[in-house]
Amino acid sequence: MNKTSTDILIVGAGPAGLAAAAAAANSGGTVTLIDENPRAGGQIWRAELGKIRSPAASKFLRALTQGRVDLINSATVFAFSGDNTLTAQTPGGSISISCGKMILAAGARERFLPFPGWTLPGVFGAGGLQALVKGGLSIENKRIVVAGSGPLLLAVADYLKTHGATVLVIAEQASAAKIRRFARGLWRQPEKMVQAAALRARLIGIPYKPDTWITRCRGPRVSKRLARELEVTIKSRGSSRVIECDYVACGFHLVPNLELPMLLGCQIRDGSVSVGDHQQTSVRDVYCAGELTGIAGIESSLIEGEIAGLAASGQTEKAKTLIKKRDAATGFGRALDHTFALRPELKHLVEDDTLICRCEDVSYAQVKDFATFREAKLQTRCGMGPCQGRVCGPAVEYLLGWEPASVRPPIFPVKMKYL
Amino acid sequence: MASNKKTFDAAIVGAGIVGAACAVALAREGLKVLILDSSSAASGTTAAGMGHIVAMDDSPAQLALTHYSQKLWRRLAPELPASCEYENCGTIWVAANADEMSEVHRKKAVYDENGITAHVLDAQALLDAEPNLAKHLSGGLLVDSDAVVYQLAATRYLLLKAVKQGAEYRQFNSVASLSDDGVGLPSGERISAGTTINAAGAHAGDLSPSLEIRPRKGHLVITDRYPGFVRHQLVELGYLKSAHGSDASSVAFNVQPRKTGQILLGSSRQFNSNDDAVDNAILNRMAARGFEYMPALKEMSAVRVWTGFRPATPDNLPYIGKVTGFKNIYAAAGHEGLGITMSLGTAELLADEIMGRESPIPRQPYSPGRSAASS
Repeated sequence: MNKTSTDILIVGAGPAGLAAAAAAANSGGTVTLIDENPRAGGQIWRAELGKIRSPAASKFLRALTQGRVDLINSATVFAFSGDNTLTAQTPGGSISISCGKMILAAGARERFLPFPGWTLPGVFGAGGLQALVKGGLSIENKRIVVAGSGPLLLAVADYLKTHGATVLVIAEQASAAKIRRFARGLWRQPEKMVQAAALRARLIGIPYKPDTWITRCRGPRVSKRLARELEVTIKSRGSSRVIECDYVACGFHLVPNLELPMLLGCQIRDGSVSVGDHQQTSVRDVYCAGELTGIAGIESSLIEGEIAGLAASGQTEKAKTLIKKRDAATGFGRALDHTFALRPELKHLVEDDTLICRCEDVSYAQVKDFATFREAKLQTRCGMGPCQGRVCGPAVEYLLGWEPASVRPPIFPVKMKYL
Repeated sequence: MASNKKTFDAAIVGAGIVGAACAVALAREGLKVLILDSSSAASGTTAAGMGHIVAMDDSPAQLALTHYSQKLWRRLAPELPASCEYENCGTIWVAANADEMSEVHRKKAVYDENGITAHVLDAQALLDAEPNLAKHLSGGLLVDSDAVVYQLAATRYLLLKAVKQGAEYRQFNSVASLSDDGVGLPSGERISAGTTINAAGAHAGDLSPSLEIRPRKGHLVITDRYPGFVRHQLVELGYLKSAHGSDASSVAFNVQPRKTGQILLGSSRQFNSNDDAVDNAILNRMAARGFEYMPALKEMSAVRVWTGFRPATPDNLPYIGKVTGFKNIYAAAGHEGLGITMSLGTAELLADEIMGRESPIPRQPYSPGRSAASS
């Protein structure tokens, strides 16, 4: 195993991690940024870096290219040992990095809710389908239903459309009234409003339906018809209709990737990491920034990252002016949470034979009578497969009201030899 | 049962596999049974184990109880639901060198004497049986009758069976004390019972201090699915040395194929550790031991690692029977790493003792009073 040490170790090279790295890089100490993907940028910028479309992205990338930050790509952090050391698996072997301060910026993932048919081929996560297209999947002339909740649906629909797909509908489960209030609130943040308006303009032609959600998906009705047609039932204010399409892109807003902060023992409240004014967590020398502290979008991530980077490198004075800006941005996060909170009807989409855990093929009927996640895991292996409950965890927490299961290393599957 | 004023005839503390098996056996006798657990079923040592049903010959008494229990498992198997994943995969005791091959022959003789079918494998036969073992090994002993069960589902099955027979099960219900009249709850409330059975596993000593039970920590790793990679339960012959020894820590090669295609890798033993965190030093030793016997494990994806505590006794035998100094308190605890195997036999011996009848094997070696008697 390779061993190394650094003054400041940042986990996650998305906007928050990059901002933290850029801020900390000015301090003179050594800064290491570690990320599980082959390229920096996080979910949002990954495809862009290299082409540099976004000015914000290129600004932060500069800190990397100037060599002031040591970037370790394709490294999945899977374990933590008490002396502020993280262990990661890389294609070249395992590495262990000890550090003075740590900034966690592990981002968020899509939340999936099970409904009959959600595991059919052709039904993807919204971000997941976008990633496949980035990876080369052709969607030219494909008819796609985008469904679920949250601003990500708009961005994904836009992306799919610009890549040649016909987006039949965006089914947004949140209520029209909530969305209107949310959109009005955006005026207070002109920058966001410009983004939203631009997006909306480009979306002309895609029906955006609030109060609407997917209830079922069926495979192709006629066999041997290229097996590409899905029948999606969507429900809107009491009435249902069936739409035929090629793909479904479905995601219900985002949930923070809490595994690493939980492994370190950081205090979690209401589904996100509790942090203080300088992004410090309840664990000494550990800071958190970005979506881990609550889903609040890229601007909030950038500010939080910068504050964490400054604070962790002893530049708290410089962070002062940012705190107010950050609080406004996290206010946006609260508005997001409120607007896109899941409606109770979504708890009743599952049927007894609907799969809950795709890794271990566990159905809703098998888990619904257990009182705790742990009991269900032990008895049915729900959440015990290779994804380690990342997909089914947030779903059962919502459906059954269970507390999140405890976290143990390895937090990602890892080759036995690296344990 | 003598008492007719008690709420229950038998109160069982602990809904691990041993408590669950006892509940079935006592309910079958017509007793009114209550099972209490401080958490949910099978969430202690039972959850942490491997689910190996093995005839183990560390001592004659150990072999008697494991062999007897194994027969009971075989009898139960047809009624177990598929979720219990009972599989008669057999065990191969792997010999790493010529010395260990002589141990193979000794062991074979012991099994023969006890009517347990075992076959000596030479180096080639070993590789034929398990092609993914290292090439430098000397051979092994294949024991046909050994099996594997998903012990968590089996425990649940047994509990539900007891409930069907009239037992009452209360989970998340801690017990603070035991007496000849029943159990005391943390609230001060008492539940009266004619007989109380301490099946609290690694915690049994907290309720019955005369039981000498020390937690012995172990680690396990489970992999992603690799169907067919391992066919039998594989244990190195040095395992008993590790299990029997009282060293502070030891590791031994032990892998188990699960019906899912996943592979469980063990084993480690540590005294003097009450911390359930993964101990990287011992985990690395355990993995390294595994790689010596099965090099391809190195590249396999480990999905989870966990720890657990075996309830260990000074002579490696469980406590089954009346607890010294009490009229109505019985023990069914201290099974170390053999609780899954021994659960069914333990329940029968306990039921026999409570009902005042003979057992198919002598009960004395497991009597909680044995250490006092022998010293």
